[in-house]
Amino acid sequence: MATATIPPASPAKVNRVGLEVADYKGNKSTLCAGCGHNAISERIIEACYEMGIEPHRVAKLSGIGCSSKSPAYFLRTAYGVNSLHGRMPSIATGAMLANRDLIALGVSGDGDTASIGVGQFVHLMRRNMPLIYIIEDNGVYGLTKGQFSATADIGSKLKTGVLNDLPPIDTCALAIQLGATYVARSFSGDKRQLSALLKGALAHRGTSMLDVISPCVTFNDHEGSTKSYSYVKDHDEPLADVSFVPYFEEISVDYDAGSTMDITMHDGSHMLLRKIEESYDPTNKVGALRLLTESHDKGEVITGLFYVNTKQENFLSLLNVVDEPLATLPESRVRPPKEVLDEVMQGLM
Amino acid sequence: MATTHVELKESEVSAEQKRIINDLSIQIATVNGSGSQTANSVLLRAIFQMGIPVSGKNLFPSNIAGLPTWFTIRASKDGYIARRQDSEYLVAMNPESADEDVLTLKPGAVCVYDERLNLKRLREDVVFYPVPFDPLVAPVCPDARLRKLVRNMIYDGVLAQLLGIEMGEIQIGLRKQFKKKAKAVDLNFSAAMAGYDYAARNFQKKDRYYLERMDATRGKIIIDGNSACALGAMFAGVTVVTWYPITPSSSVCETLIEYMKRYRIDKETGKATFAIVQAEDELAAVGMVMGAGWAGARAMTATSGPGISLMSEFTGFGYYAEIPAVIFDIQRVGPSTGLPTRTAQGDILKNAVLSHGDTKHIMLIPCSVEECFTLAIEAFDLAEEFQTPVFVMSDLDLGMNNWMAEAFPYPEKPIARGKVLSGEDVRRLGGFSRYKDVDGDGIGYRTLPGTPEPLAGYFARGSGHNEKAIYSERPNDYVNNMDRLARKFETARSKVPKPVIRENGKGEVGIIAYGTSHWAVVEALDQLKKEQGMEAGYCRLRAYPFSTEVYDFIRSHARVYVVDQNRDAQMLSLFRLDLEPEQINKLRSVRHYDGLPIDARSITNEIVSQEGQN
Repeated sequence: MATATIPPASPAKVNRVGLEVADYKGNKSTLCAGCGHNAISERIIEACYEMGIEPHRVAKLSGIGCSSKSPAYFLRTAYGVNSLHGRMPSIATGAMLANRDLIALGVSGDGDTASIGVGQFVHLMRRNMPLIYIIEDNGVYGLTKGQFSATADIGSKLKTGVLNDLPPIDTCALAIQLGATYVARSFSGDKRQLSALLKGALAHRGTSMLDVISPCVTFNDHEGSTKSYSYVKDHDEPLADVSFVPYFEEISVDYDAGSTMDITMHDGSHMLLRKIEESYDPTNKVGALRLLTESHDKGEVITGLFYVNTKQENFLSLLNVVDEPLATLPESRVRPPKEVLDEVMQGLM
Repeated sequence: MATTHVELKESEVSAEQKRIINDLSIQIATVNGSGSQTANSVLLRAIFQMGIPVSGKNLFPSNIAGLPTWFTIRASKDGYIARRQDSEYLVAMNPESADEDVLTLKPGAVCVYDERLNLKRLREDVVFYPVPFDPLVAPVCPDARLRKLVRNMIYDGVLAQLLGIEMGEIQIGLRKQFKKKAKAVDLNFSAAMAGYDYAARNFQKKDRYYLERMDATRGKIIIDGNSACALGAMFAGVTVVTWYPITPSSSVCETLIEYMKRYRIDKETGKATFAIVQAEDELAAVGMVMGAGWAGARAMTATSGPGISLMSEFTGFGYYAEIPAVIFDIQRVGPSTGLPTRTAQGDILKNAVLSHGDTKHIMLIPCSVEECFTLAIEAFDLAEEFQTPVFVMSDLDLGMNNWMAEAFPYPEKPIARGKVLSGEDVRRLGGFSRYKDVDGDGIGYRTLPGTPEPLAGYFARGSGHNEKAIYSERPNDYVNNMDRLARKFETARSKVPKPVIRENGKGEVGIIAYGTSHWAVVEALDQLKKEQGMEAGYCRLRAYPFSTEVYDFIRSHARVYVVDQNRDAQMLSLFRLDLEPEQINKLRSVRHYDGLPIDARSITNEIVSQEGQN
C-alpha cells in the first residue's frame, strides 16, 4: 500500500502471525528443577514461535509419566489431552483423523513409549500419520521413583546400585524400520540442534519421531548412568550440524555446497545438514540403520537427523479423506438423504 | 409347542389328517465350511417371499471348516420369531452329528438326510426321507470342484417339494443372493430342481407340515443386526470408525465399510467423508475413538466382551475427561477362549460400571434389527449431548442372525451435537469453564480443538481437575466434579429411550426383559395366558440408567421376573443397586445361559415353576 504505516507504540517482538513468545508459554512446570524435559518445553515454545504456528491449531497429546505432564508447560492456549499410559499414539491418531488441520504434537517418555506403549508406538510408525512424536528419554520411570525403562543401556547403574542387564530398545531404529518418515535423536542440552530438528518436524507432513535424551536429575544423573548430563555430553557424536530455514525466510546461512545437504520439506522449508565426518545420506534407510547399529556398538550417543523421506504418502492421503476436518462436516455431508435409505431397504425386501 | 406328544409310527401318519400350516422349525445340520450358507439363506428368503413370517438362526462353531453347524429356520403364521427348542424338520447332512441330531428329535418329526448316512435304523417314530445327494448333483454340476458348493441346494428343492415352497421363489432368492451372476443362479437352481424332481418322483408325503402363501411380510425386510447397526451409524453421520476384528462384532464394521464406500464418498471430490481404521488391538481402537471424539468427530468402535475388557481403562478415561464415544458391544459368552460363536447377554453388569474409580455408563439395548438402526443413531446423539461413552448392547443372536423387520424409518430429528461453543461464543462470554455445570444438568460446555480463539483452548485429563480443566488435587474440586458427573447421569435417566411397557392391569406378575429375550418373552406371555390363564405385565428395558417408568412398573407388581441371558442375573443385579429393599424382595430371576438364544418354553416353564412355589 502506498500509505505509510505507523509503527506500533510498544514494539514487542512478534512473529509472522502477530504473537509474542509469551503467547507460546505454558503453566509453571511442576517437574524437578534442572529436568531435561523443561529444556525441551523451552525449545518447543521457541520452535513454535519462530515457525509462526497458531497455537489453536496445536493438539498436545501425551500418555502418562513425567514427560506426559509437560504439555501443560508450553502453549497454554492450545488444546490438549493427557491420556493413559502408553496410549498417546491412539489418542493422537484419532485426533488427526477427526481434524486433519490440527498439528498433533505428541509427548511421551521412554517407559510410556518403549515398554507399556510399544505396541501402539510400533503401529503408529507404520502408518506415517502426520504428527510429531517426541520421546523425552531419560531411561527411567521418574514418576514412580526411578525404575529402569526399556531404553536404559546394558550396564547402566541405578542410584541403588542395580545394574541394567537387558539390551535397550532403539526407538529411532524401530521408527525408521517401520515407516516413520522423519527420525532424529537429540539431547535436551543441545539447544541449537534440538530447535532445528523441532522446526524440521513442524515442516514435515508425515510421522516425525524425535528421541530426545533428557536426563532425570533426580533418579538418573549419577555416575554409572548412561543417560546423565555428563555421560551424554562426553559421548554425544553429532552426525551433522543442522540448520533449519523456514519457507518464509531467505536462505542466508553460509554453506558449502560440497559438504552440505539441503533437504526441502513439505512446506518449502529447508533442512541444511553440514556434515561433520563421513558422507551420510539421511534419505537412505539402510544406511541409517547401519549407522545406528554401529554407533551403538561403539558406545556413542549419536545425534542428528537420521532419516527423512518427503516422498512417502501419509496416512490421511492414503485414507483419501476429504480436505476439510471430518469433525465439523455439516449434516448434509454426513447423513445420506432418504433416497439412499429407501434404496438400501428396497434391496433387503 | 403345537405338536408335542404326537407319538405316531411312520405307517400310521396320515398326511391329510390335521395338516399343520405355516408353523414349523427346520433344522439344517451341515459341516462348517461346506457352503451351506447359500442354500440356507435362499430357503429362508423363499419362505419370506411367500409372505410367511420367518426367522433364521445360525448356530455355528468357532472354526472355519470341519465342525458341525446348524441353521434353524422358523416359519410362524403367528409371527413368533424366537428360537424354538425343538424342530419338526431336520435336514441331516453331517455324518458326525447326524445320529445325535436324529435321536434328539421329538416323535413325529421329519428327517431329510443324505442316503449314505443310513439314519432310518435309528428311530421308528420319525418320518424319514432319504436323498441320494451325490448321484443327484453329479449330472447337474459337471465341474467336480463346484459340486460341494452346489450340493446343498438339493435339499432346498426337496424341502420345496415336501413342504410346498414355490420353486419360483427359490429362483428369486438365488437371484438376490448372486445378484448379476446368472451362471451361478442357473447352476444352483438346477441343483434345487434335481432335488425337487427326485422328491416328486420318489416320496409320498408322510408328514403333516405344509407351507402356504400368506400375506404377512409385505414391505418387510430381512437383515442381520450388525448390518442394521452399521446402517444406523452411517445415517447418524459417523465420521471416524476404528475397530479390531472379533466375533461376533466384525461384520458391524465390515458392512459399514461397504455402505460408506457406496454412499459416503463426496460426489464432487471423490473423497471420503469418513475415516475407517483397523487398529492393532482394542486398546488402540478405543483410544482412537477417544482422540477423535475429543477432537469433535462422531466416532465409534465395535467389539465384544474380550474387547470390552481391553477398552475398560479408556472408557473410564472417557467418562472422566467427558469425551463422546459410541461403542457397539455385540455380546457373546465368556471368556476370551470360551464359546466365541455362542450368544449371551454377558456384559450388562460389567459395562454399566466399566473401568475403575466411580464410573457409570449409558447403555442402549436394542431388541430388534429396527432398534439396532434407531438406537445406533440415538447413541451418537446421546454421546455428544452427554459428552460421554455410550454402549449399544446388541448380542450375537441379534447381530449375526437374519431377522425380519419393517423397513427402517428415516431419522426425523436433526443430528444433535450437544453443547459445543464456537470461537465467537467464547469471545462473547470472555472465556469458558470446560467442566462447570452452567445449566444445572451436570453437562458442561466444550470447545473443539482447532477453534481459533485463545480462550477456547483447554487441556483434558482424566485425573483431578477443577471446573476450568486446570489440574487440581484439592478434595473440594474432586468432590464437586464427582457430584456433577453423578448429576449428569441422573439427567440421562430421563433422556435415554424409555422402556416399552405392556400393562395387563392386574398387578400380580410382571416380567422385565431386554434385548433379544423380547421375542421369547412375547411368545411366553401368550403361552402363560393360554396354558395357565396367567396374565403378566411386561416391561422391556431399552436403556440404562433405568427411567422412572421402570421403577413404577416394579412398584406396581407383586412379583417381577427379570429375564437375563446370563448365569448371574446381571440386569437383576443392577436393580439391586438402585432399589429399596422391599422392591428388591419382589424380584425373581429367569436365566438362560447355554450359549443358544433363549426360547419361550424355557421362560414359561421357569415362571410356572416359581409361581407354583408361592
